[in-house]
Amino acid sequence: MRGYFVGAGLAIAVATVAGSAVTTQALAQSEIKIGEINSYSLLPAFTEPYRKGWQLAVEEVNAAGGINGKKLVVISKDDNGKPADAQTAANELVSSENVAMLTGTFLSNIGLAVSDFAKQKKVFFLAAEPLTDAITWSKGNRYTFRLRPSNYMQAAMLVEEAVKLPAKRWATIAPNYEYGQSAVAVFKKLMSEKRPDIQWVDEQWPPQGKIDAGPVVQAVAAANPEAILNVTFGADLVKLVREGNTRGLFKDRKVVSFLTGEPEYLDPLKDETPEGWIVTGYPWYSIKTPEHETFLKAYQAKYNDYPRLGSIVGYETIKSAAAILAKANSTDPEKLIAAAEGISLSSPFGEITFRKIDHQSTLGAFVGKTALKDGKGIMVDTSYRKGSDYLPGDAEIEKMRPKD
Amino acid sequence: MSMVPTLLSVEGLTKSYGGVHAVRGVSFELRSGEILALIGPNGAGKSTCFNVLNGQIIPDAGRVRLLGEDITGKKPRAIWRMGVGRTFQITATFPTMTVRENVQVALVSYGQHLFNLCASTANHARDEAGRLLDLVGMGAYAERPCGELAYGDLKRLELAIALANRPKLLLMDEPTAGMAPRERIELMRLTARIAREQSIGVLFTEHDMDVVFEHSDRILVLNRGTLIAEGSPEEVRGNAQVRSVYLGEGLVYDARHREGASA
Amino acid sequence: MAFYVVQFLTGLASAASLFLVASGLSIIFGVTRIVNFAHGAFYMLGAYAAFTLTERLGGALGFWGGVVVAALIVAAIGVLVEMLLLRRIYHAPELFQLLATFGLTLMVEDLVVLIWGPDDLVGRRAPGFRGAIDFFGQNIPSYDLFLIVMGPLVLGILWLLFQRTRWGVLVRAATQDRDMVAALGVNQKWLFTSVFALGVFLAALGGALQIPRDAVNHAMDLRVIVEVFVVVVIGGLGSITGAFVAAVLVSELNAFGILIFPKISIILVFLVMAVVLIVRPWGLFGKPEAPARRTPGLTVNPWRPLTANERFAAIAALVIAAALPLFAGNYALTVGSEIAIFVIFAVSLHFLMSVGGLASFGHAAYFGLGAYGVALLAKMAGLPMIACLLLGPLLGLLGAAVFGFFAVQLSGVYFAMLTLAFAQIVWSIAFQWVSVTGGDNGILGVWPEKWAASPSHFYWLSLGIAALAVVILRIMVFSPFGFALRATRDSPLRSEAIGINGKRVQWTAFVIAGTVAGLAGALFAYLKGSVFPDNMGISLSVDALVMVLLGGVETVSGAVIGAVVYKALNIWLVSQTELSKLVLGAFVVLIVVAFPKGIVGTLEAFMHRRRKSSSSTSSLVTSRIETAE
Repeated sequence: MRGYFVGAGLAIAVATVAGSAVTTQALAQSEIKIGEINSYSLLPAFTEPYRKGWQLAVEEVNAAGGINGKKLVVISKDDNGKPADAQTAANELVSSENVAMLTGTFLSNIGLAVSDFAKQKKVFFLAAEPLTDAITWSKGNRYTFRLRPSNYMQAAMLVEEAVKLPAKRWATIAPNYEYGQSAVAVFKKLMSEKRPDIQWVDEQWPPQGKIDAGPVVQAVAAANPEAILNVTFGADLVKLVREGNTRGLFKDRKVVSFLTGEPEYLDPLKDETPEGWIVTGYPWYSIKTPEHETFLKAYQAKYNDYPRLGSIVGYETIKSAAAILAKANSTDPEKLIAAAEGISLSSPFGEITFRKIDHQSTLGAFVGKTALKDGKGIMVDTSYRKGSDYLPGDAEIEKMRPKD
Repeated sequence: MSMVPTLLSVEGLTKSYGGVHAVRGVSFELRSGEILALIGPNGAGKSTCFNVLNGQIIPDAGRVRLLGEDITGKKPRAIWRMGVGRTFQITATFPTMTVRENVQVALVSYGQHLFNLCASTANHARDEAGRLLDLVGMGAYAERPCGELAYGDLKRLELAIALANRPKLLLMDEPTAGMAPRERIELMRLTARIAREQSIGVLFTEHDMDVVFEHSDRILVLNRGTLIAEGSPEEVRGNAQVRSVYLGEGLVYDARHREGASA
Repeated sequence: MAFYVVQFLTGLASAASLFLVASGLSIIFGVTRIVNFAHGAFYMLGAYAAFTLTERLGGALGFWGGVVVAALIVAAIGVLVEMLLLRRIYHAPELFQLLATFGLTLMVEDLVVLIWGPDDLVGRRAPGFRGAIDFFGQNIPSYDLFLIVMGPLVLGILWLLFQRTRWGVLVRAATQDRDMVAALGVNQKWLFTSVFALGVFLAALGGALQIPRDAVNHAMDLRVIVEVFVVVVIGGLGSITGAFVAAVLVSELNAFGILIFPKISIILVFLVMAVVLIVRPWGLFGKPEAPARRTPGLTVNPWRPLTANERFAAIAALVIAAALPLFAGNYALTVGSEIAIFVIFAVSLHFLMSVGGLASFGHAAYFGLGAYGVALLAKMAGLPMIACLLLGPLLGLLGAAVFGFFAVQLSGVYFAMLTLAFAQIVWSIAFQWVSVTGGDNGILGVWPEKWAASPSHFYWLSLGIAALAVVILRIMVFSPFGFALRATRDSPLRSEAIGINGKRVQWTAFVIAGTVAGLAGALFAYLKGSVFPDNMGISLSVDALVMVLLGGVETVSGAVIGAVVYKALNIWLVSQTELSKLVLGAFVVLIVVAFPKGIVGTLEAFMHRRRKSSSSTSSLVTSRIETAE
């Protein structure tokens, strides 16, 4: 077998050179590139609206004259839902596309992987969706900023409502991985601080994406809690709700649930939507602020579809990125950091600020109750909670966040 | 012959499957340099007997001793290490290796080099492998892929492999099955010559009665798990019980009915 | 007490759907010996098709009719797949069918999103089975009761089918001895097709019946397929009763496991599977597999070390590869490093698979252990990079030594499944033991030290180690140990009869392969600066298998080419398209059909033929007699 080693060598060379050659067109002076990474193939249900959101933002930014006269270009990559692939993509964006900054990511572990990459390669990274507290706190770094309200913030918003409930016996259902575990931990901690009388009578940890809903519902019911905390989402949530409805788990019990009010998770439930759950989410149909009206109109005009929370996140990510780039008037990461720390800008949810202390944005979320209307789930009694009101004190953050 | 020590002694071998006795109380002995045939109609217990000797089956009762040492129930590889070579009814060789490499593997094992990770096998015991191949007349085929060999050649290769551990005892399960008549005679002559020269005891089973009566020193006849006759070819040929067993089976070992016998 | 009864019944209901899918897989395997990876995809298609039909058609008849018609439609798709794809590759080496069906699965995952859109779809509840029935104060959904009846009913129908019809008798006969049925003059082609159709029908029905309980989505297939493999293996491949019992066992284990060990319920199932396989290697109701009849004539050319020319060519290739930093950018170099690392990983599996004849489905476990070894040493013990690279892979070695000991007691599909179970156990530990491994958030900040930090230096480091690994493994192939390993693979009977302790030889090979995989994982941790449970996931194990099969399982170093081609293509596709799975799946299917010997194997065969036809010293015509008597 002559020469297949030559083949191997050539193949490595050709494959890698081709990969870079395709994309190494001379960087146009009149463009600013942003690299964007997300789990498009793994989580299309969430990333499609997200993409629509950022595409709308790009259009608006360029229509308004771009960034200090330069055209904004977003180069988007799929990460296959794998941290390792996300890093390959990040590397491609930074090394071959020469992007000014990285944005995006949905899953916490991918957000962390890209954040660590950003720190190592000294690249500015604006995390869009990952919820983990670690990304701005225990594993925070100076190159990473995050838009969406974190796990802690969502928990704090829910706790504010949950403490008002008379329920003393609580059970939790959460997917068994870092997100679910930390959501439960934060919720329990904040609840117990305010309500020492609460008892935690059962906890269920179904594997993410593989809930065996019947037994889980049955087990929770057997513990006879007065209230339930739910952290599951997506297909797991659908199964849990269906089994819970059939078996009467939610009857006469209060349920507090992370993220369930987001259209991404609420809409699939259709006529099975349980009523009266206290949830965080995005009631796009009942937000009447001018900022949101403008966004909604533009979005619906462009896509003939209603926005999901992902649309807001995608939209605001690019809007934030554009604002930071415009303020820095440079693509130097240090200048971008300086520009981003403390920057304030408008959003469909009102003004937000990227905090200097932990690089978390003050974008908030809506808290309300689930209800059924015309065979569809909606959020009622909603109110917007500003992110800035649900963050711990500076001293606590400084303790958690590593020094640069 | 009486001066030659007993090589293999089998005592009271018994094995049953689900209440049916495959072998019951079989005892015999084999001396070095002696060629012993084990025959019997289908289902007589030849294979069971054979597989107990080579370690593939553990008997319910009975003892197998090799040069006085108890080998009952030992693993095939342990029995091989004690100096027992064997060939299979359906040849078992390594089709992805060359003929020489087939023998070399056996020599590697014999020399206890199995876990040598860095030497080159190509040079390992090359001459010794060649000598063994020459011995069985396969020297010219040494570099041929084993997977391409004709069946008769495979049988000879197996013999070479079986001789790699300088065996004291050779177990051959239907050594000439599937061969042309001419090849059978050659193979058995070769085996006999090697056995006499190296004073190896040979135990073989065989369907072809010509081969059995031509090449064995002694014959054991099994029927329904028990030994019904034992003796020289002449003695066995004249045994009425053996005759009736074989006639009952519709098989005759008479030369005139040879075709039927080698089914 | 009522609670436990209801919990038990709930378990039974889950068992029913699991049984439908598992029995289909088992029947298909029994007759065709195909491990149908696409079974989960058919299950998912059944759910999607049933969703569409039941939404379109109203009423009770529309629902139940829709469910059955959906299963029939998917069965028809199954027939097409069997006739167009599988028929062409029944004679390909073991596991190629698995590769082809894996390719199909990839394609289907993207196709359903294209057809049905990205959202989770929630179907109708079953008419007549909407509510729950009160049982001493506990609610049992009436649909659960329906499923509980459905399971034994299907079991009974299958039993009648196999016992009372001529077709069933043929299927049973084929399960026992495929060749015998062929000899009986039965039209084997149509037997296979009909069996495949039945199996797919059952899978699709299982999927369709999930509509009232589940959300239909594009990840359903992988969720179910692993669990179904577990069920089929615990029950015994080819045994329908076994599938039923195992489905009940697994489901009850889930139902009661969450009461006792809420946090480790996923591991529990794999632990049970591992224990079953160790105690009863052929599953609870399985029969020992007849020793695999190796398709003869596949490898006629014995392996040879490289000739002087070839060695020169190999060194030239290495020099060219090493010159990459002279003309390529940082991204290209990082991709080059990743490819080199996957070359190491692929050749380690190749050593096990092609020299040892042991196809591991969980090789990523040792890759991941190596990576975690490095990460833990670097982060917790703060060891320098060289020390980590040397010591990290030892975790892979350790894992391979422990798991390999049990795994090599088995062979064939059972070996594959036990390695899969071990890998899943390791993965679950990494995923759920958050305090040590960081869970799915992984361990971050494992970056190389300065001397290796630049992309070109790291590339040279990876390339050098890859070259070294390939050379060392090649030396081992041609060492006495390599021959002993091949001997064990070629003929367990003969190798035992020449004093080779096959299990020990295979165990050693397993440990070697695991260590080399661990080395690849160690480098990977430094390349990415982090480790995640993904690094030991099923998809990585499958990637490695694809690389080996793509290169050619019957070659000495084909995995090198397989890894380069597959990894480069994968990275390029992920970067260029979101339909990477569709394209990659189609590519895999194409390769399997067009080049069943793999890329290198096909090239070798071509060269061999040319050499043969050019040399007029055409050797004697040899005829093979395959079996005596």
